[in-house]
Amino acid sequence: MSILIKPETKIMVQGITGAFGGKHAQLSLDYGTQVVAGVTPGKGGQFFEHNGVKVPIFNTVVDAAKATGATVSTIFVPPPFAGDAILECVDAGLDLAVCITEGIPIKDMIRVKRAMSGAKTRLIGPNCPGLVTPGTGEGSKGGCRIGIAPGYIHKKGHVGVVSRSGTLTYEAVFQITSKGLGQSTSVGIGGDPVNGTSHLDVIKLFNADPDTKGIILIGEIGGNAEVEAARWIKATCTKPVAGFIAGATAPAGRRMGHAGAIVGGHEDTAEAKIAVFKECGIEVAATPSDMADAPLRAAKAKGVSLN
Amino acid sequence: MNIHEYQAKALFEKYGVPVPQGVAAKSPAEFESALAQLPDAPVVVKSQIHAGGRGKGTFTDGFKGGVKFAKTKADALDYAKKMFNNTLVTIQTGPAGRKVQTIYFTHASDIKKEYYLAILLDRATSKPVIVASTEGGVDIETVAHDTPEKIFKVLIDPAYGIADFQVRELIFKLGLNPAEAKNAAKLIRNLYTFFWETDAAMVEVNPLITTPDDKVLALDAKVSFDSNALFRHPEIVALRDLNEEDPKEIAASKYDLAYIALDGNIACLVNGAGLAMSTMDIIKHYGGNPANFLDVGGGASKEKVIAAFKIILGDANVKGIFGNIVGGIMDCNVIAEGIVEAVKEVGLKLPLVVRLEGNNVAAGKATLANSGLALVSGDTMADAAQKIVKLVA
Repeated sequence: MSILIKPETKIMVQGITGAFGGKHAQLSLDYGTQVVAGVTPGKGGQFFEHNGVKVPIFNTVVDAAKATGATVSTIFVPPPFAGDAILECVDAGLDLAVCITEGIPIKDMIRVKRAMSGAKTRLIGPNCPGLVTPGTGEGSKGGCRIGIAPGYIHKKGHVGVVSRSGTLTYEAVFQITSKGLGQSTSVGIGGDPVNGTSHLDVIKLFNADPDTKGIILIGEIGGNAEVEAARWIKATCTKPVAGFIAGATAPAGRRMGHAGAIVGGHEDTAEAKIAVFKECGIEVAATPSDMADAPLRAAKAKGVSLN
Repeated sequence: MNIHEYQAKALFEKYGVPVPQGVAAKSPAEFESALAQLPDAPVVVKSQIHAGGRGKGTFTDGFKGGVKFAKTKADALDYAKKMFNNTLVTIQTGPAGRKVQTIYFTHASDIKKEYYLAILLDRATSKPVIVASTEGGVDIETVAHDTPEKIFKVLIDPAYGIADFQVRELIFKLGLNPAEAKNAAKLIRNLYTFFWETDAAMVEVNPLITTPDDKVLALDAKVSFDSNALFRHPEIVALRDLNEEDPKEIAASKYDLAYIALDGNIACLVNGAGLAMSTMDIIKHYGGNPANFLDVGGGASKEKVIAAFKIILGDANVKGIFGNIVGGIMDCNVIAEGIVEAVKEVGLKLPLVVRLEGNNVAAGKATLANSGLALVSGDTMADAAQKIVKLVA
């Protein structure tokens, strides 16, 4: 099992004819992911070809979903149009929209999120690396790769990974794989201040997933999403959880690359979040080199095996 | 993106948010004509820099106060001359301070009471929030900490906009009289329209004041805009003041590199924002001090790596470099070749520790090893961080 996506999940790519979207659609196909449709307005009827696979392109998300049965979309649409692309997924009744796009205006996301309230579609991102449920093949091929993460660093296993960052997620996944462990699903929720799925949402899914035996929660400065998740973990989570927070040395008031990585007050610093983690029984990774060992320590303390 | 107080107040006026009469001057030659436009009454002389704490700041030549009350225009002229081209150090500028290149003269208002008013994003609910307080003119974080009952918040539904009952709620909480309430209601509505229409990230009025004749005015204005939305606001981009930004940060932005100067001596070159932040953290963890945040991005080309090297070497404090690259999709060898070329082109003399991981890492490490350059290879982040900290110690 896994969360949100499985190897059989059928996905579409909005913006498949763009350079970035096209490249990552190819990599997902190579990984063995069921990329069954592309969407580019005005290019409906054409095909996206890669290594003999012909992926049909549609003008609209709803057409793509109806014709192919795709339930998930990956969005590689430029920032001014990305909010609209998300709403198109909602309108089509998809299960999941994963928005990779970085640089969407905050106001657009405020409006999109309001418009999504009560809708069936879940949003991951924006400004995120996407998610991976590793497969059983060589280099974890045969899994479901949505977005831009390198597939080969993954390994099918039982650690749930949730993070706001891209390369820091890869660092964690790589360390976990290097220890001979693997991931149930790795989820990058994105670095923007307004996003779809929170740390807590993902933690709840991992907690309910029988195949996830331990969790690593990777956060950073800004906002209180990690604190919200930590309080819930203390009260409800039954699985061992480790945590890491980036940005201990970040100066206050500056955006550290991610639009959401900005210290606003006394409560959203790395120090404050780490203190809450400790208070909530989360095993803290002291450095980013400790992101595989920390879940192992957390598991050992609970008498759980992550293998 | 931040703007100056005088620019923010010009925008406020356009949106119907009353401010005290004021005139900005960008050179001493303009001082007298600027003052002539104000009524014959006390004047407030305000240094224009993108940092708070101006009133309590000190200039590097010892002159105290970046905001001064002047009883007469002659005094105002004198203060302005002392502030102009002088460097103001406040709690927010850091020890280097900021050079004052614009002076803003405002009519000194009679103040009945000071309040606080701000609009920003509430991250927990993904909605705009209006924050108001009866305690104005002081540090709002202190008020929030010591007397949270004096802070009032209303969340705005972005689909509906600000509702009448919410405006009333704020006004009752602030305890305004009926005449003040009427003026404040208009001001709050207009300020929200300004926030929403301009894609502001934060609007802060501290203090908001009432006057003896029941007017309500924004005595100060601090505004920042969402950088992601600037593409649809050329009129706001035009307000950018490059004098307020670090030249290295301006150079970095030209190459689409996310760079923030810090005060340590170990420069960082990293791909990815989260990894870049944690690279700074691990340097600190092992007793070093990072000189910068630098994210070369997911698609770093050789040209970008070379530009990044030049920018970090532009910082005279830098005594060593830590390159930390997790090649996901990116080929480590491409990055390694970029680093080798950059080091040769800039003639690097400082210690350089490189840690490569990920896609095609063996070839990348071989490229570095065979380059003939005196760079040190690190295996893990921890290993590399300890090596560079030792090398610059």
